[in-house]
Amino acid sequence: MNNWRSAPRAQPTADAAAHQPDGFELASSRRDSLRRKLVERSVHVVLFLCAVISILTTTGIVITLLGETIQFFGEVPIVDFLTGTRWTPLFASKSFGVLPLVNGTIVVALVAIVVAVPIGLLTAIFLSEFAPARLRSVVKPILEVLAGIPTVVYGYFALQFVTPILRGIFPQTQIFNVASAGIVMGFMILPMMASISEDALRAVPRDLREGAFALGATRFEVVSRVVVPGALSGILAAVILSISRAIGETMIVAIAAGLQPQMGFDLLRSMETMTAYIVQVSLGDTPQGGIEFRTIFAVGTLLFVMTLVMNLLSDLLVRRYREAYE
Amino acid sequence: MSARATAAVPSPDVWRASQARRRWSGWLFYGLAVVSTMMGLVMLGALLFDIFTDGARQVDWHFLSNYPSRIADNAGLRSALLGSLWMLAFTAIIAFPLGVGAAIYLEEYAPDNWLTRFIQLNIANLAGVPSIVYGLLGLGLFVRWLALGRVVLAGSMTMALLILPLIIVASREAIRAVPDSLREGSYALGATRWQMVRQTVLPSAAGGILTGTILALARAIGETAPLITIGALTYVAFDPNGPLDIFTVLPIQIFNWVSLPQKEFHSLAAGGIVVLLVVLLTANSLAVYLRYRMQRRLQ
Repeated sequence: MNNWRSAPRAQPTADAAAHQPDGFELASSRRDSLRRKLVERSVHVVLFLCAVISILTTTGIVITLLGETIQFFGEVPIVDFLTGTRWTPLFASKSFGVLPLVNGTIVVALVAIVVAVPIGLLTAIFLSEFAPARLRSVVKPILEVLAGIPTVVYGYFALQFVTPILRGIFPQTQIFNVASAGIVMGFMILPMMASISEDALRAVPRDLREGAFALGATRFEVVSRVVVPGALSGILAAVILSISRAIGETMIVAIAAGLQPQMGFDLLRSMETMTAYIVQVSLGDTPQGGIEFRTIFAVGTLLFVMTLVMNLLSDLLVRRYREAYE
Repeated sequence: MSARATAAVPSPDVWRASQARRRWSGWLFYGLAVVSTMMGLVMLGALLFDIFTDGARQVDWHFLSNYPSRIADNAGLRSALLGSLWMLAFTAIIAFPLGVGAAIYLEEYAPDNWLTRFIQLNIANLAGVPSIVYGLLGLGLFVRWLALGRVVLAGSMTMALLILPLIIVASREAIRAVPDSLREGSYALGATRWQMVRQTVLPSAAGGILTGTILALARAIGETAPLITIGALTYVAFDPNGPLDIFTVLPIQIFNWVSLPQKEFHSLAAGGIVVLLVVLLTANSLAVYLRYRMQRRLQ
């Protein structure tokens, strides 16, 4: 590319023979193209390796988690782990039943879902079916801000703002409680719920809406009987993804829900989730390499599997509505 | 509907009542939707108000330049700010080239085969993995297996893996937005594929790639759980001076203060949050500005 200026061809006095590449030029252009080919090949390989990092990351996660988890199950039977209802690995009398942590995780996630799903869905309906475009372009970015706030900030807000309000209404509320962590978590996942549902609502073709309007349906009837049913698989995907996000969320529960593994559904009491337990052990002075330390990998594996299954399921559902309308 | 209504034309009374009901339910639903939308906004307002009233008066030069302390009046963010800066710098150095490289590969080079689809599926799933699982990965891989210890570099590598999917997705979108006519023009002038990518695609996509990277790095600034898991400290009373020093970061310092029972430390936490939010706001404004400039240039 760069040496055409200096090539003999450029000389006006050159005769026809000069247009034929001489030996030197041929060699240099061959060397040039060889070099270029080499650059092309190596760039291709390097870029490919960058893309493969993602596979290596997944492999790394699986190997790291499984390696420690298999050692853990060498000492604790997997059945005891999955069905036991007492979780006291850091005490003198150790018990490795993970159900209290699962219970705490699910209860917090349920509270979050009860907040995020109705509010998120109604927000999505408002933005996609009712709001004028200008209002939508203002409200949406503001809601997105909620998704960008670090979770440690939500933890502070739950403990310092929501918990005192709850204690004002229900005096028996413990300082660390599931309700406040769950409510705040619900608002954290609200933008995601709203945004995925809105995408699903917007994917429902206009014709269907107009057909319903032509039959004399009110706007509410169009929304409730045509648009929402049409977008149902996408809305379901949003719900599942929200649950997955709530299960994996860490800092809000570590700060506001407390560190007491227990069964039950009392929202005003403290419970420990799987993620909060991992934080608790990481912060303490548990020696690495012992069985107590391995518990966090076993709990992490369970967490990873739960979220992975839900993410794949929601991916499947999203694909279904895309196929239906696009 | 009643049997009478379906059997024949409904009487005017029945018809009028049903019309009123339909109108009312419509208004009720509209009201519910408006109130729901307001709730998210109100919550955001309450959160910001609560934090700024508690925290804004904490933020002064002493707060930014002092080390953390057992005495609340003397405590500051110095080591946490420096730790966040070091962590962020190395995260960017690691994640940016890898993420953009992967995006270029997937958009410009990858053949449509099972491996490419597998890589794409992988990236989509990695974006949904809880951040604390990345912490366990970092703990197992970088801290223990590579024996780096609980240092800045281990934190940066963990964080880089965490934000890679975000950078890849944003960069791919930016690269995809470059019109094919530019690519064809470049080829027509005799460019090789890499020359075309480097001289045509990347300059056009730079704005979008930068925007995505800044947003991903903003996420890294706010992440707490993975760094706690790899064992970043909660109390650091010295300056971290390089990638191999032990460290703490801003959100961990905030978490530490929130967890203490004394009220004074909660105000310090609010102060730390104000600083954190200001940093994030700056990063986001920069991203929005870049996106705006890029859009104007394309038009």
